[in-house]
Amino acid sequence: MVTVRVPAPLRRLTSEQRLVKATGKTLSEVVRDLERQFPGFAARVLDNDGKVLSFVNIFVDNEDVRFLQGLQTPVREDAEVAIIPAMAGGTL
Amino acid sequence: MSAQQLKCRECGAVYPLDPIFVCERCFGPLEVLYDYDALPRPLQRTFEAGPKSMWRYESLLPSRRDPEIDLAPGFSPLLHALRLGRKLGLEQLYIKNDSVNPTWSFKDRVVGVAIVTAKRFGFDVAACASTGNLANAVAAHAARAGMRACVFIPRGLERGKVLATSVYRPTIVEVDGNYDEVNRLCAQIAEEHRWAFVNVNLRPYYSEGGKTLGFEVAEQLGWRAPDHVVVPIASGSLLVKIHKGLSELHRTGVIPSVRTKTHGAQAEGCAPVANAFAAGQDQIQPVKPQTIARSLAIGDPADGRYVLRLARENGGRILAVSDEEIVEGISLLAETEGVFTETAGGVTVGVLRRLAEEGVFGPEEVVVAYITGMGLKTAEAVEDVVAPPIAIRPTLRDFEANVLGAVGAVS
Repeated sequence: MVTVRVPAPLRRLTSEQRLVKATGKTLSEVVRDLERQFPGFAARVLDNDGKVLSFVNIFVDNEDVRFLQGLQTPVREDAEVAIIPAMAGGTL
Repeated sequence: MSAQQLKCRECGAVYPLDPIFVCERCFGPLEVLYDYDALPRPLQRTFEAGPKSMWRYESLLPSRRDPEIDLAPGFSPLLHALRLGRKLGLEQLYIKNDSVNPTWSFKDRVVGVAIVTAKRFGFDVAACASTGNLANAVAAHAARAGMRACVFIPRGLERGKVLATSVYRPTIVEVDGNYDEVNRLCAQIAEEHRWAFVNVNLRPYYSEGGKTLGFEVAEQLGWRAPDHVVVPIASGSLLVKIHKGLSELHRTGVIPSVRTKTHGAQAEGCAPVANAFAAGQDQIQPVKPQTIARSLAIGDPADGRYVLRLARENGGRILAVSDEEIVEGISLLAETEGVFTETAGGVTVGVLRRLAEEGVFGPEEVVVAYITGMGLKTAEAVEDVVAPPIAIRPTLRDFEANVLGAVGAVS
């Protein structure tokens, strides 16, 4: 299972857990699984077009997915996904 | 001090003045909100009565000065650059020489605000992700404040920066990655441990210190805004805050208008903002930096979007120069105005020169170039372009044979 690090603003949705498990072969599938487990999760990290929000950085095994395949980035069996606020300005 | 609340720059949600930096609703960045109308008028009298440091402008900063820990940053010289100006066809060119700060970079301003804020919030450890100057400033200010410091830097920083930082005995962590990876790591650490990362969880307070570079220039010009500013871009925060400072002076009736064009300077080897500007895009594509201007080597600039928006609104340009032009910029400033800046300053002078060549400045317009750091910290950049001393024996004959000709006629 994939380990997901949940940033402070989203812990309300995960009963204050900062580390949760999820399944999925791509980041997109992982997000869908997170939504299934914690309803409302997807809307906090994706915009209406299903793209990652400007102010959210997502890392798969410490690599920024914008340097990989974005939401289509493949995710290994025991990968670590970190969701981190983008500090100040947004990017993609 | 008129700070009231934190407000999300994107969705407008408001929060109390807590050590938070991210909007709970939309993840957007938070910014300090002031009650401008509550300030005494004329506000410039308050400023003029203040200390000869950045704390002069305390009424527009989010924290109060603490005299026991203050290193007195700011109030740096604004030099009328006649010789450089003549070379570039500019009569009213000014150099804001911020290399003369307590740790020789403008970071002393933002860190001065951050450390006093960190103390107020009861943090024990001051920390940062840094390309060098920030670590130096955090280490120094933390030492004076009696706080522990832990600074995170990428591998490969210039020796002068690391040496200068280590003297204050912080914990220096050298991360095997570039700055963006260090930044990401620090964001993760800040989520898990109650440390004051000045440019992460204290960022809304920290960044306000940059406004003082706008306030001071306006005061030094006789309470007016310059026509153009040229500012180096790392995260982009400084350019945005300089403009915010000028806007606040207008808002509080201190200066009559702000028609300043904000030009940004990057290195070609790390130009995500310049690239987006040239391509007419709103989105910044992050890059993997490759440039001698390590101070500016931030491939994913946090304030990039805001820089783009600002420049397009006010007619500023965002340009990038080559590593060669950077070194030429350092030499040019040193040889014409007697100021030795680091590579980030070389970037600024390089872009200033390009803008002048492209006719962006009117010959009588007031142009201010911000020199944000000191040359000894990036000594490697100029090692190959400086001339060695002339070696002679202590005889008049040796002098006349080897030196007179070299010195030549004074023009």
